Amino acid sequence: MAKKEYEMGSANNGRKRGPGAGRIVEKPKDFKGTFIKLAKYLKAFIPFMVLSLVLSFISSVLAVVGPDVIKDLTAVIETGILTGIDMNAVKRVAVILIIIYGISAVFQYFQSLVMANMTQKMSKKIRKDISEKINIMPLKYFDSTTFGDVLSRVTNDVDTIGHSLGQSITQLVMAVTMLIGSIIMMLITNVTMTIAAILSSLIGFAFMSLILGKSQKYFVGQQKYLGMINGHVEEVYAGHNVLKAYNGEAKAKEEFEEINEKLCKSAFKAQFLSGLMHPFMGFVGNLGYVVVCITGAVLVMKGKIDFPVIVAFTMYVRLFTQPLSQIAQSMNSMQSTAAASERIFEFLEEPPMEDESHKTTVLKGSDVKGEIEFNHVKFGYDPEKIIIKDFSVKVKPGQKVAIVGPTGAGKTTMVNLLMRFYEVNSGSISIDGTPVSELTRENIHDLFGMVLQDTWLFEGTVRDNIVYGKEGITDEMLDKACKAAGIYHFIRTLPKGYDTILNDKVNLSAGQKQLMTIARAMIENAPMLILDEATSSVDTRTEVLIQEAMDTLTKGRTSFVIAHRLSTIRNADMILVMKDGDVIESGNHDELMKQGGFYSELYNSQFEKVS
Amino acid sequence: MFSILKYLRKREMLFMLATILVTVLQVFLELKLPDYMNAITTTVITPGSYMSDIWIAGGMMLLCSFGGLIASVFVGFFCAKVATGFSMRLRSQVYDKVTGFSMEEINGFSTASLITRSTNDIMHVQMFLVMGTAIMFRAIIMASMAIGKIYSKSWQWTLSTAIAVLLLLLLIISLIIVVLPKFKIIQTLTDNLNRVTRENLTGIRVVRAYNAEDFQEGKFEEANDELMKTHLFTQRAMAIMGPGMSIIMNGLSLAVYWIGAYLINIAPMPVNVAEAVLSGEMSFMDALTEPVADKIAVFSDMVVFSSYAMQVVMSFMMLTMIFIILPRASVSAKRIKEVLDTKTKITDGTVGGDSDKADKSEKPHEVIFDHVSFRYPDASDAVLEDISFTAKAGETVAFIGSTGSGKSTLINLVPRFYDVTEGRILIDGVDVRDYTRVALRNRIGLVPQRAVLFGGTIRSNIAYGDNGKQEEYTDEEIWDALRIAQAEDFVSKLDSKLDADVAQGGTNFSGGQKQRLSIARAVCRKPDIYIFDDSFSALDYKTDRILRGELKKVTGDAITLLVAQRIGTILDADRIIVLDDGRMAGMGTHKELMETCEVYRQIAYSQLSKEELA
Repeated sequence: MAKKEYEMGSANNGRKRGPGAGRIVEKPKDFKGTFIKLAKYLKAFIPFMVLSLVLSFISSVLAVVGPDVIKDLTAVIETGILTGIDMNAVKRVAVILIIIYGISAVFQYFQSLVMANMTQKMSKKIRKDISEKINIMPLKYFDSTTFGDVLSRVTNDVDTIGHSLGQSITQLVMAVTMLIGSIIMMLITNVTMTIAAILSSLIGFAFMSLILGKSQKYFVGQQKYLGMINGHVEEVYAGHNVLKAYNGEAKAKEEFEEINEKLCKSAFKAQFLSGLMHPFMGFVGNLGYVVVCITGAVLVMKGKIDFPVIVAFTMYVRLFTQPLSQIAQSMNSMQSTAAASERIFEFLEEPPMEDESHKTTVLKGSDVKGEIEFNHVKFGYDPEKIIIKDFSVKVKPGQKVAIVGPTGAGKTTMVNLLMRFYEVNSGSISIDGTPVSELTRENIHDLFGMVLQDTWLFEGTVRDNIVYGKEGITDEMLDKACKAAGIYHFIRTLPKGYDTILNDKVNLSAGQKQLMTIARAMIENAPMLILDEATSSVDTRTEVLIQEAMDTLTKGRTSFVIAHRLSTIRNADMILVMKDGDVIESGNHDELMKQGGFYSELYNSQFEKVS
Repeated sequence: MFSILKYLRKREMLFMLATILVTVLQVFLELKLPDYMNAITTTVITPGSYMSDIWIAGGMMLLCSFGGLIASVFVGFFCAKVATGFSMRLRSQVYDKVTGFSMEEINGFSTASLITRSTNDIMHVQMFLVMGTAIMFRAIIMASMAIGKIYSKSWQWTLSTAIAVLLLLLLIISLIIVVLPKFKIIQTLTDNLNRVTRENLTGIRVVRAYNAEDFQEGKFEEANDELMKTHLFTQRAMAIMGPGMSIIMNGLSLAVYWIGAYLINIAPMPVNVAEAVLSGEMSFMDALTEPVADKIAVFSDMVVFSSYAMQVVMSFMMLTMIFIILPRASVSAKRIKEVLDTKTKITDGTVGGDSDKADKSEKPHEVIFDHVSFRYPDASDAVLEDISFTAKAGETVAFIGSTGSGKSTLINLVPRFYDVTEGRILIDGVDVRDYTRVALRNRIGLVPQRAVLFGGTIRSNIAYGDNGKQEEYTDEEIWDALRIAQAEDFVSKLDSKLDADVAQGGTNFSGGQKQRLSIARAVCRKPDIYIFDDSFSALDYKTDRILRGELKKVTGDAITLLVAQRIGTILDADRIIVLDDGRMAGMGTHKELMETCEVYRQIAYSQLSKEELA
């Protein structure tokens, strides 16, 4: 009954899982190993698991015993047909039945409660662990995977585990108990009929699994074409302006129809074959019933058994056929649980960042002058491919360093290295003479303020966004920072001022967002600064505001500016010119112009008229 | 939900009807089973009956069961056929509708939402049609036929069945009332958790730079906890479902037996027979054959009744299940219908037959904006107001202005992605609305702001679409276009050159490369009108300059409309139009505007210093 809702418009949400119809079983790579790992990981939950399994075991045993008592009831009634039924006996048996059913139900209920508790707390723990892991992973990991992938682990995969782990194990235990229990009860009651019942059901099942095995293939097909149509539609809708401007509709439609037809065909086969499952189950049940009745009748006539045995057997057949399909089902969901856990463990087992608890050197923000030295720095995202080959430079306290270069020249690499998001391969970077490798990352981050091009704001109050985790910030300090960032007046116009919650409904322009992040950096008040000044999507007036705010911010601080504005570049104390990942020239504007290298070429290209 | 069914075809309606008929047959056969069970029971319990009777009854029962199976195969076939065929057509209709939409409608829905509507939502409807209809028909038919069979047997049994159904409905409905709203909340909470995680991931550099990991984790923990609690609530509530149902089912069969015992006891047994037996006048065996049959009949009725009653209860259970799947499907159906019911605003004109094509190359081209205004329906402010200018053959007209000033909207009016609300746009003296869309767009080479590449090869991307002039572009033409767009370099370095794979969305190329390929596509088309919507910002200054230089050589008589952010890109345009809040704040060359237009000066100074502009 628990229906799975699908997020609307989440086309970019990592691996695409089709809507619920797909009954594709994902195969884990190492089924057993993953389950052992899962058991170890969820050690704390094992007692609950055991308790729940015991409860479900008992309730299934009782469910199996039920028909035996019904048999007694039938016997009492039958023997009394002529002589008058012993109503007291009926009442006695009925009461026993009520007790059995009652207890079974109570156990079943408690079992579900325990299971619900366990799976939910377990899912919460896994989610929490993943979230914590996110914050101790090296950035390298996130730069090489998509967010959607990590996100789908937090939600989809954990959901899968939460949904199916508890359910599938209980179902398996119950089904196996029922299966074995009903076989035992049948054997006790009558061997000949047992053989007849089991044989007839098994023949039916063999037939069924043949069909289901086939339908699996078409489900895979359906999923595949669904993915294809998704891709096609995404492409066409997103690029509809080009599609139309170039009159590409006809061809795209052709392609669409082709996939659409294939999807329809495979969907039909998948749906049709899987729809057969239920009727077949019904038929198998009926087949069992008839076989039991006929065998029973023969035996009754021969005087070997009494009629009530038949009644009991008709119920046993039902109890026996049900668990067979349940076992198959729960095995499937165990497989998807294992596949989901595998992905989760894959993430949790990624090597985290190096532990820094042993580092004792601490630079205090108020004492740092802001001298930064790059000393023969060598770096490559891939150790095989060094991009910064040998870079040395000394930046004096309070200087402004402009980083320039064409798109894709690797300007963010400098940010990555300064903030120690990535480690240098050799050489060193030092702050006031202390190599950054001797400092904790936390310490380094304290020393730098940062304003990036992607203005990152989260859903929360304006205050939370500006103060962002910093403690002891008074409203006066906030006012001052916002005034300096030129956003004070704007915040005052918001309905709740600092306590306005920023979400989709509050429409901030790109420029206002940027000013907010500048105010955030002001509050942090770090001795050094990293700025990305790209403001291409900002209107002119705001741009002037941002420029002023950035100038205020950089005053008295050693700052690294990824520069896009020529005025900034010209005023910089030092310009680092980057190309293809490496720093190829450095010096101030006049020096570099004199050199007549890449920089001067780049600079001049701005103003040349197209001939 | 059901209004969407009007898109069913007649043949599919017939299929549905056939499904219902076959379901009736199937249910009929299935309900025959207890009759034969009854016969078997009676035969077994009646002494002296023949084994062959049992064989016959058993055989009949199996036959019925098999007949039922065949019937369900047919039902399954029809349902799957109708559902998958229907959703295929629906998908195709939605697709056609969307590709016919103007930008206005697409933006109204948002692309992501349209994608979900064309795929996921339709899948949900399909699923409902496959499973829902079959289950629903079956449950309704089963319930009514089973009730018909049993209600005459004994009011006590009927009453107990009614009570069981009532209890079951009560249980499920109260669960739905309690749990269903929470399911919706769970969805929001999951979104919330997703949002917090996404936030942490997208802002990971900021989070770390501000040492705000704990702050983030706190937020996550809160969302996580809330999600868990809500989940726990629903699951605890749902825990009552299983046991509740088994109690009801088992209770019902027990009740039927218990009541049966009484009924058998009070069933008539003629006194004389009893006396005769007791007095020894009649043998026990003789007594069994006649009047006692009443009691035996009640007994076998009892066995049969319990199985019918079970069917009734199960049918009601199935029906309520439908009401749980239904909301999801009906939301989807509504979303699909929203798309299908949206009217396409842009309609085709008539100018643009083959004869028109011939003479259009003769006269020099001209684009005229004649007092053009554009506003969204219901919007109070116009996006564009009273724009007039003329672009003559060979001219470059540039548009500059702050974000939201209407630059992109303006040029999107030319290929009719939107239609003007006032005034008109003339191309070679003909209103754009009078051209057929194909003819109009054949004359345009558009390079959008965000480069669009399609899955395929470099060749299929450059030679994209239909230009109405020639069937295929030659390799030379394609290479020429690549050279002009400064893309020759990297394309020739690719292993398979023009046949190199382009991933969907062009993800295997960098932003600058994509933009250059997208420019090459326009160049290859050799259009009469080039439209560049801020197409150069992904390029560095140097490439930008070389590219424009090369372009200038080939555009010749063509008109170029150009939106730009960088002053450097438009310095040499024949005419620059400065837009401010949808109005023209100035028009002229760079030099003229520097003298006359304050808005332009502001933009210029923010990008270049005074001496650089001099």
